[in-house]
Amino acid sequence: MWSYTFRRVLATIPTLLAVITVCYLLLHLTPGGPFDGERKVSAAVLANLQAKYHLDLPLWQQYLYYIKSLLQGDLGASFRYADWSVNDLVGKALPVSAAIGGGAIVISLFIGVALGIVAALRQNSLIDYFVMLLGNIGGAFPSFVLGPVLVMVFAIGLEWLPAGGWDDFSLRYMVLPIALLVFINISTIGRVMRGSMIEVLGSNFIRTARAKGLPMRTIVLRHALKPALMPVVSVIGPLAISSITAAVVTETVFGLPGLGKLIVNGAANRDYTLVLGLVVLVTVITVVLNLLVDLAYALLDPKIRY
Amino acid sequence: MSLLKVSNLGVQFQTNDGVVSAVNGVSFELEKGQTLGIVGESGSGKSQTVLAMMGLLARNGKTSGEALYQGKNLLAMSPAELNRIRGDRLAMIFQDPMTSLNPYLTVERQMTEVLELHKGISRRDAKKRAIELLDAVRIPEAARRINMYPHEFSGGMRQRVMIAMALLCEPEVLIADEPTTALDVTVQAQILTLLKELQRDFGTSIVMITHDLGVVAGLCEKVMVMYGGRAMEYGSADNIFYQPSHPYTIGLLGALPRLDHDGSELVSIPGNPPNMARMPKGCPFSERCTHASSRCADELPALAASSVNPQVLRACHKPADELQQAAQEVAHV
Repeated sequence: MWSYTFRRVLATIPTLLAVITVCYLLLHLTPGGPFDGERKVSAAVLANLQAKYHLDLPLWQQYLYYIKSLLQGDLGASFRYADWSVNDLVGKALPVSAAIGGGAIVISLFIGVALGIVAALRQNSLIDYFVMLLGNIGGAFPSFVLGPVLVMVFAIGLEWLPAGGWDDFSLRYMVLPIALLVFINISTIGRVMRGSMIEVLGSNFIRTARAKGLPMRTIVLRHALKPALMPVVSVIGPLAISSITAAVVTETVFGLPGLGKLIVNGAANRDYTLVLGLVVLVTVITVVLNLLVDLAYALLDPKIRY
Repeated sequence: MSLLKVSNLGVQFQTNDGVVSAVNGVSFELEKGQTLGIVGESGSGKSQTVLAMMGLLARNGKTSGEALYQGKNLLAMSPAELNRIRGDRLAMIFQDPMTSLNPYLTVERQMTEVLELHKGISRRDAKKRAIELLDAVRIPEAARRINMYPHEFSGGMRQRVMIAMALLCEPEVLIADEPTTALDVTVQAQILTLLKELQRDFGTSIVMITHDLGVVAGLCEKVMVMYGGRAMEYGSADNIFYQPSHPYTIGLLGALPRLDHDGSELVSIPGNPPNMARMPKGCPFSERCTHASSRCADELPALAASSVNPQVLRACHKPADELQQAAQEVAHV
């Protein structure tokens, strides 16, 4: 298991390099540069700026400069936010996104799995239809509709929670964004869990378990849960990645200083180093979560050994 | 009182095409230590008969009639009552050993949970007992292999595990639903020998579902031949094999490949089993029967004592003595 993990981590290096290179080239292929604003800067200032950020050098030299600083753990200086290094920007945004997205994923895993099991056990009953309806609402309504609805009900109507903003991990500000992400995620997790649980409950080894006289509770928890979780594990990776790194709408609705917003602003501003730094971060997060998913498979299924 | 007395058992499934009757009015009795074979081709309702008794029908299945185990009707029990009996007094082994064990749990967990549940003993003691049973079904190195997962066993070994698991609580009735169908021939013979020995040692009654007449001949005292969800012929194995009195039984025996008849072709019964959703009004076998008359298609024959041998029950309009010639040709003398 450890050697497998080590090999997987090593294998991310070429992946990362490829992602960075492609992204680097794409960024420089797109027209416009970080200092092409509406307000024209003088030629001398522009030349100074370009020299400072090595933009006057040939592309391959710029690229090598970037890789060199990257190897030293330095994502470079932000082109746009003059006083900030990309490391600082990411360092501030990542914990916010990790708390919101990570919290939402953990909560939606438990709720989604529980709802999926209940719906599967009471297939085609009222509670099943309710769970499916809830799931479809979460899946069909875009988050820019659901988010403001949550704000209207809980912040403006009931005045229980703030409508948005961020106050140093204060729970009051985290509840609504997490709730929105949970709502979206349980629609997927619940649906997948329901389907796989129904399938597992129809399998031969569950019939054997019933023939042994085991009560339903034991059958579900001991015999059916693990196999039914396998497809959920498959979807939880991509869901976690998008909840942490791409919750742009959620972050905008609630005014959170998270990663999603940073990515959008960086791209809009042609902030090369910021975008590249975030791409590196997202790649690393993706690789790590995929690794965790693969390790979870091995944990659940005795047939999988690394 | 018989250990198991099934009377007029019916199984109906609610489907999109309406109600389908998979089993109609099946009755049989089982005494202690006895083996009953239920024979028939695919779709004859033999598996559904025993699944109904064990409360294992699919969600859309309904039962009628009764199945008395020691005087208590299994079909009318609540799930909790049934759970006290199944796995303990009534145990079942299934056709496909590759999928009938839980691939996510060790053999130890799957075996000990039965004893923990029904005998209330500790997991440690349960494990000891489980190892004894694995030894009894001749799994080599049982003490070590019990900690393995099912995928680490071969098909034949998995069926042995299933049998050991079914016998843990020393059940009075073991229901075996085609236990050797998925196994190759040499392993089949081993499993059958094993079942016979275990029956001798434990005094278990066995209901053996099979479409293999060889299995029946080797193992069973009584035989029920089923077709289209109905019993066609019911009697002692000797009578069924040596003096078959129903055209369907005669057809089945005639279709057996025989080593002592050289050069003969493989014989089959012409036609296909009837569609359960559109059963013929009369005898379900009438469409394929070489002895059928016009009466057979319209009127359902009742299961009644044979005029030749009253020990045998048969459902056929044609008198048994008129079939003796045909029976002679296929009987295994």
